[in-house]
Amino acid sequence: MSSATRIATSMAITMIILMLDYDFMRTAFAASGIVAALAGVVGFFLVLRGQTFAGHALSHVGFTGATGAVLIGLSPLAGLVGFTLLAGLAMGLLGEKLNQRDVAIGMMLSLALGLGLLFLHFYTSYASQAAALLFGNVFGVDASALAWLALLGFGALGALAFISRPLIFVSLQPELAEAKGAPTRLLGTLFLMIVAIAVAECAQIVGVLLVFTLMVGPAAAAQRFSRRLYAGIALAAALALAEAWGGISLAYYSDWPASFWITALSAAVYGAALASSKA
Amino acid sequence: MSALEFHDVSIRFGARQILRNASFAIAPGEFVGVLGANGAGKTSLMRASLGLTPLIGGAISVLGAPATRGNAAIGYMPQNRAMPAGLRLTGYDFVASSLDGARWGLPRLDAAQAGQIDRALDLVGARDLARRPLNEISGGERQRLLLSQALIGSPRLLLLDEPLISLDPAHQQKIVELVKNLSVELGAAILFSAHEINPLLGAIDRVLYLGAGNAVLGAVDEVIVAPVLSKLYGAPIDVVRVAGRIFVMSGAVDVERDAHRHEHGDHHDHSHA
Repeated sequence: MSSATRIATSMAITMIILMLDYDFMRTAFAASGIVAALAGVVGFFLVLRGQTFAGHALSHVGFTGATGAVLIGLSPLAGLVGFTLLAGLAMGLLGEKLNQRDVAIGMMLSLALGLGLLFLHFYTSYASQAAALLFGNVFGVDASALAWLALLGFGALGALAFISRPLIFVSLQPELAEAKGAPTRLLGTLFLMIVAIAVAECAQIVGVLLVFTLMVGPAAAAQRFSRRLYAGIALAAALALAEAWGGISLAYYSDWPASFWITALSAAVYGAALASSKA
Repeated sequence: MSALEFHDVSIRFGARQILRNASFAIAPGEFVGVLGANGAGKTSLMRASLGLTPLIGGAISVLGAPATRGNAAIGYMPQNRAMPAGLRLTGYDFVASSLDGARWGLPRLDAAQAGQIDRALDLVGARDLARRPLNEISGGERQRLLLSQALIGSPRLLLLDEPLISLDPAHQQKIVELVKNLSVELGAAILFSAHEINPLLGAIDRVLYLGAGNAVLGAVDEVIVAPVLSKLYGAPIDVVRVAGRIFVMSGAVDVERDAHRHEHGDHHDHSHA
């Protein structure tokens, strides 16, 4: 190691230690770490199943839930999780009926955002709430929110592990899986409910508008980089984690928003994946 | 005991009656070509045998037991083989996903299961092929992989739905030969649906021809004749034999080729020599 790199490394370590001196930074790293790992893994399945639009839709519904919850004095996370879970369940039960109804779905999503706006309008005393919900506020996560994120995150990961084998089968080969007795409809519904939890968690970090950046970006990049299933899933989680922590660190030292840095890193990684798989 | 037996079976698909009181029995180890116009019910017949399509009458028995979902004795290669675009997963992981794929939990393979997959891949000569990502292999190679997956678990009945679709004549011939060899090697009964009889001539033992709610099972020379097909198509049909090949004509139109072209439009590049 040259002395220049040694100095750079020790500077980087010092900078990390300095950041971790603060309680809110430790909480931000822990929260985004949990959320990123969940988002990367769930996102891998979302991309595999070609359902990234569902993730997008759930985040819009989540906005209504979060603003509605704030209005009646509950925590935004409770509203997010409650509403996205219900919407995930509904989407799963409707199943194929939702296909090729982009206009109807688009209208529902616009209505969801519109309602969210209305709820915020009534909740006038907290103007920055809108920005936090739409674009995330990772530094605003408190200890109780962190506990909830951990609980929900591990619950969702456990559920996903439990259904992962038939889910992969159904995603790759729906007709064969049906013939072999896999409960395709049940699996689709359970998966969308897991996605709902992941979306709600992501919205805490990067906001409902930027959920794509943590759920889809790393997973899509991982599928371009990797040819194997487990390697791809691990890579998706690792990329999401690196993007989230990298974004927070950059935000700390630049004073630009963390969500901006996360989207920038996510886009850069995905761009690199595109370039490398074309080469 | 028959490998597959239809007893007075009636199947309806939407408003269309696919089968009306159809009865036939396929013997163990028999290689049967399934033919018929589009919508005649080739896929429905297979799905009914898998317990996926409800019957409106009659009974189907598979190896002596009633047809039910999840029958491990059946190997199935579905027709719709669209793959997620840009999927770079290896063929191996794709094939492996079907092994005990309906069981809960994490996907894991023990040594015995890995051995089963390797054997199935070897049967179609796809062991090396399976190391490559799916988006980098050709249509014929993909067909071979999917065929190998239908072979996992030593099935005694194979339902292969249009394995020749979107393949050029050379690859079609290779797949037919491969399946013929498998039927000898495994002793499994095989139902192989196709749009055209010609690629299957010389390989199949009998033909099951569907049309107008009927299913006629017999030797090629008994079934593919003008009186039988005229009844199945509900229109006057001429059967023309040229140099060992058979053309099923309605007036001046080759109905098998024509059906093929209409169904797939511009999606596939077919060439039939």
